[in-house]
Amino acid sequence: MPERELTFAQAVREALAEEMRRDSRVCIIGEDVAEAGTPFKVLSGLVEEFGAARVVDTPISEAGFTGVAVGAAMTGLRPVVDIMFGDFITLTMDQMVNQAAKAHYMSGGHWKVPMVMRTTLGATRRSAAQHSQSLHAWFSHVPGLKVVLPSTPYDAKGLLKTAIRDENPVVFFEDKMMYKLKGPVPEDDYTIPLGVADVKRQGDDITLVATSSMVQVALGAANQLEREGISAEVVDPRTTWPLDEKTLIDSAKKTSRVIVLDEGYGRYGVASEIAAVIAEGAFYDLDAPVKRMGAMHVPIPFSPPLEDATVPTEQTVFEAAKAMCSRS
Amino acid sequence: MTTATSKRAAGHEAANETEKEKWLRVYRKLVSIRLFEEQVNELYTRALMPGLAHLYSGEEAVAVGICETLRIDDYITSTHRGHGHCLAKGAAPDRMFAELLGKEAGYCRGKGGSMHIADPATGNLGANAIVGGSVGIATGAAFTAKHLGTDRVAVCFFGEGALGQGSLYEVMNLAQLWKLPVIYVCENNLYNEYTHYTETTAGTILGRAAAFGIEGASVDGQDVRAVYEVASRLVKRARAGGGPGFLQCDTYRYSGHHVGDINREYYRTKQEEQQWKSERDPIKLHSDWLLAQGHADAGTLEEISSEVRRQMEAAVKFAIAAPYPGVEQVDQDVYA
Repeated sequence: MPERELTFAQAVREALAEEMRRDSRVCIIGEDVAEAGTPFKVLSGLVEEFGAARVVDTPISEAGFTGVAVGAAMTGLRPVVDIMFGDFITLTMDQMVNQAAKAHYMSGGHWKVPMVMRTTLGATRRSAAQHSQSLHAWFSHVPGLKVVLPSTPYDAKGLLKTAIRDENPVVFFEDKMMYKLKGPVPEDDYTIPLGVADVKRQGDDITLVATSSMVQVALGAANQLEREGISAEVVDPRTTWPLDEKTLIDSAKKTSRVIVLDEGYGRYGVASEIAAVIAEGAFYDLDAPVKRMGAMHVPIPFSPPLEDATVPTEQTVFEAAKAMCSRS
Repeated sequence: MTTATSKRAAGHEAANETEKEKWLRVYRKLVSIRLFEEQVNELYTRALMPGLAHLYSGEEAVAVGICETLRIDDYITSTHRGHGHCLAKGAAPDRMFAELLGKEAGYCRGKGGSMHIADPATGNLGANAIVGGSVGIATGAAFTAKHLGTDRVAVCFFGEGALGQGSLYEVMNLAQLWKLPVIYVCENNLYNEYTHYTETTAGTILGRAAAFGIEGASVDGQDVRAVYEVASRLVKRARAGGGPGFLQCDTYRYSGHHVGDINREYYRTKQEEQQWKSERDPIKLHSDWLLAQGHADAGTLEEISSEVRRQMEAAVKFAIAAPYPGVEQVDQDVYA
């Protein structure tokens, strides 16, 4: 039987529906999550099955309803909040950073905050500077939070189910440009542990560590590199925290060259952290400095040619990888 | 009343308690908070306490009057000035002092300190060091109560300084839209840290509740029986599904913003402080009433105070002798 295929959005929706059927404590809270099913239609149909008490439309109050979710999680529910655009996480920062992330530790382990924040990342949707950022580095910086970056429909379903079952606050970033991407997704109830990287493509000459939106870019670049006789390995950490350092370092030791791709800002970002982890762990096996490729250090511009210049593409990654492999 | 006595908070009324017993118990609670804070100040001045603390002295009738209306399984969230709320909800002084000294035996195993005491056993979701930081948590606890169909109520304590925070108004809007059983208790002690609240607060305090259609009331926060009476009405209403309440309690902070805020004449006069202490002291007001009602004589009240004092001294002794957490605990409890 051919494998069933779902889009990334359908995989997210299926994970939510399965977990809501399994556990009556799971509820969705956010702006236009019910009848509208979000602007991306990721949640379409859920309110019909689970009702308005479990798929809860809110006013436009990100800080308010995220705070409510923190309190609800502490007292027995397992809320999944929906932050429509990742840029809006700025409005929730106190609730996530000072409340959700710290309640367990500050209380000496007495209170727990089993909540998920789903939000988006990714540029090139022609949405300009306040609807296009990839800000997952911010939450990755904060102890007490876990951060998940699925890159395929299969990973999206398995990782989201794990995130909902986790006893901690988990932030789940979905690339909004990937919602229509199709891929095999089993119908069964499977989960993917947080903190386990996935080698998306085996290779010997160079490692492309890529997150979220950059995984497809890396796979495309790897195909181009193959035509040049360069064998690229693509490793997807899948979660920035916990981070599967061993798999990243092992791959770097094997290939001796590494480029880290992440759509967040390149400076002080996820790519920088992963590059440092690899440099520390595989320094004596490397033939070249670890290279970082991320979003340019500019607000995301609106004009298409300008916006396209801000993020790594298959072509720029291919060229960087080819140059790195030809140096030694 | 269907409320089981087992649901009562530690020190809360027994099923067949007389009025006299109840108000004497309330007296003991007021005194407990006052003497607890005296010990805290003493620990600070003797340099036995790491960091600072924000004393609740002067505001006791608010915490006690409100927590008296709650069950042990009702929720509270507290503030940086939170010792009174924790004690009134049933926390034990020895474990609180241990927490203030950063000891393993503390409520948070020494990881929270004065500003973060939390205790699931008494429904205390935690004191919060971000002004207005707990408004979402309290409202979320009320969301859970409504969602699960329990009849629990959540009380959100905050100072009038939190009126400047936008998140308060976001959750008040949500609470009223969803008819959540949460009571917002604004302790107006007149000062946002070192600034009189009239310099920071446009309009009226109750006008904020009115804007959302939330049932609001104001009360003399120095009168424990008045606080109890108004809070009882709001809590009962919320518990029955009537929606949120907002209670403005007018009170006064005897000490500085924190224990180190000694020279404060640049923002308020000694005369003002003295006036509140001599004319509006919540313990004195309540003891005068107890005496006038014939519920107690001066000797009985003195005896209660002495008992509480001994209890607090023993609790401090316990905390000083208690061990610090082992350094290996530093990275435990980051994740559940």
